[in-house]
Amino acid sequence: MLKYVGRRLLSMLLSLFLIITATFFLMRAAPGGPFSGEKKLPPEIEKNLNEYYGLDRPWYNQYFDYLVSIAKWDFGPSFKYKGQTVNDLINEGFPVSFFLGMESLLLAVSIGILLGVIAALNHNKWQDYGAMIFAVLGISVPSFIMASLLQYVLAIKLGWFPVARWESLQHTVLPALALAATPMAFIARLTRSSMLEVLSNDYIRTAKAKGLSRGQITVKHAIRNALLPVVTYLGPLSAAILTGSFVIEKIFGIPGLGSHFVLSISNRDYTVIMGVTVFYSIILLSAVLLVDIVYGLIDPRIKLAGGKKGE
Amino acid sequence: MQQIPKEMFQPASVDLSEAEKISKPSLSYWKDVSIRFRKNKLAMFGLVLLVILVFMAIFGPYMTKYDYATNDLMSTNQPPSAKHWFGTDELGRDVFARTWYGARISLFIGLAAALIDLFIGVLWGGIAGFRGGKTDEVMMRIADILWAVPYLLLVILLMVILGQGLGTMILAMTITGWINMARIVRGQVLQLKNQEYVLAAQTLGASTSRIMFKHLIPNAMGPILVTLTLTIPSAIFTEAFLSYLGLGVPQPLASWGTMASEGVQALQYYPWRLFFPATFICLTIFAFNVVGDGLRDALDPRLRK
Repeated sequence: MLKYVGRRLLSMLLSLFLIITATFFLMRAAPGGPFSGEKKLPPEIEKNLNEYYGLDRPWYNQYFDYLVSIAKWDFGPSFKYKGQTVNDLINEGFPVSFFLGMESLLLAVSIGILLGVIAALNHNKWQDYGAMIFAVLGISVPSFIMASLLQYVLAIKLGWFPVARWESLQHTVLPALALAATPMAFIARLTRSSMLEVLSNDYIRTAKAKGLSRGQITVKHAIRNALLPVVTYLGPLSAAILTGSFVIEKIFGIPGLGSHFVLSISNRDYTVIMGVTVFYSIILLSAVLLVDIVYGLIDPRIKLAGGKKGE
Repeated sequence: MQQIPKEMFQPASVDLSEAEKISKPSLSYWKDVSIRFRKNKLAMFGLVLLVILVFMAIFGPYMTKYDYATNDLMSTNQPPSAKHWFGTDELGRDVFARTWYGARISLFIGLAAALIDLFIGVLWGGIAGFRGGKTDEVMMRIADILWAVPYLLLVILLMVILGQGLGTMILAMTITGWINMARIVRGQVLQLKNQEYVLAAQTLGASTSRIMFKHLIPNAMGPILVTLTLTIPSAIFTEAFLSYLGLGVPQPLASWGTMASEGVQALQYYPWRLFFPATFICLTIFAFNVVGDGLRDALDPRLRK
């Protein structure tokens, strides 16, 4: 187990190193310098600025400095907003994004599993078709369209929820729902198919023969085994929720890290884009690693020592 | 009561030579697949939908006299009417023309991304799987490390650096998009390469590339096809997502993604501007998904209910 975790950690660090290196050189290749705006800066000021940010040094020094500062959890300054660093943005925006993400994760997992189980228990009945139509809708509608429609219908037309902003728990419902819609649909489909497979197993028949009630069989025997594929989906799920938050936070005017990121993209604020990308990558890779370890712990059939990735 | 004639009570003659006769015509694998696919109503519906969408993408722009890029500032934001079938946008451009022109771009992005993924993925996965050993280890390790890079973040980063455009978007999508295909092809090749017919081909002196392209790839075609069908909608999805972030195809080009993200901003006053592109994005993604699912079920008889 420890050996497996060590190996995975090593490969994760390698991927991370690759990402940091790639972002660094991509950003250097970006057209225009950080201070080339509409107004031409006097050469002395530009020289001072370059010196201040260490941009006059050779690229390998800059690259090495960048690696060191990332290792110290310092993601660099913003070149568009003076005096603001990427760390400020993360400290300010990430808690909001994290709360929103957790809320939609919970929504996606709980409703998704519920729909999937209901569909599987009523295979080929109207509940099954209903849940699957719902799931197909969730998969086919891009998140920004889903979010705008929810906002338009439930908030503007019906007035059930606040339209935007981030103040009370009520404000979080619509964005969390919009963010959860697509992953929820995936989970529902995944749960349904794995539940159907489990229900056809011999041990379910044994449980029936023993005279267990339908509820007991479902809860104690079927769901527990059917949820394993759902656990593997948690890694991609966190990625989906994280990238989904860019769009959702913009639509609902939520002051999270996602909307900062989108703003930095439209401002072409290269250092912020770079810093936030690296930060997001760290979060995502850790989440995936965590999911893999948890999966190994709960499914005894998987031998972690082999270090083989599940196909 | 009906009279039953005596002759009907004669014992039937048993012809032993008939017992071995195959009564039904033998079916090839793909015929069998197509029969199973055609029985799947939802998948057939998706296929018909796709044919209609592709037809409209090709001929739609010629059905109206309006051009996708011509501004008409005298008639902006018109609702759908006999003149402008889908209404007009804020620059007075005809939404019907733009929708079908956008269909070409969105479908092109999806198809191009999927085909490039197919090409790289089949080569990479095929070589890794067939060579095995150290080559496989190294190639798949590289793929694993690239796979860990968050897909959309990388795509966004590349679009920011490379600038907006059709080519850069496809490049950004395929730079790690091929890995999924490579993994599937590798898995298939690993399974197939120990079959007797591969051994037979080898003993007959067939070259490696001949074995790859004549024996292994055709036999792995099923899973490859399914992956291909499911890559297209995810590329269309990504295109829409990027457009919303302001990284879509540049004006005056229209794609469904750019039209929908413009429509979102005008939703409160001119809802039809979102309605048309959004509906077609959803229909396309839906159609590709059900066709892909249908294909998977049709290709793998074990999965039948």
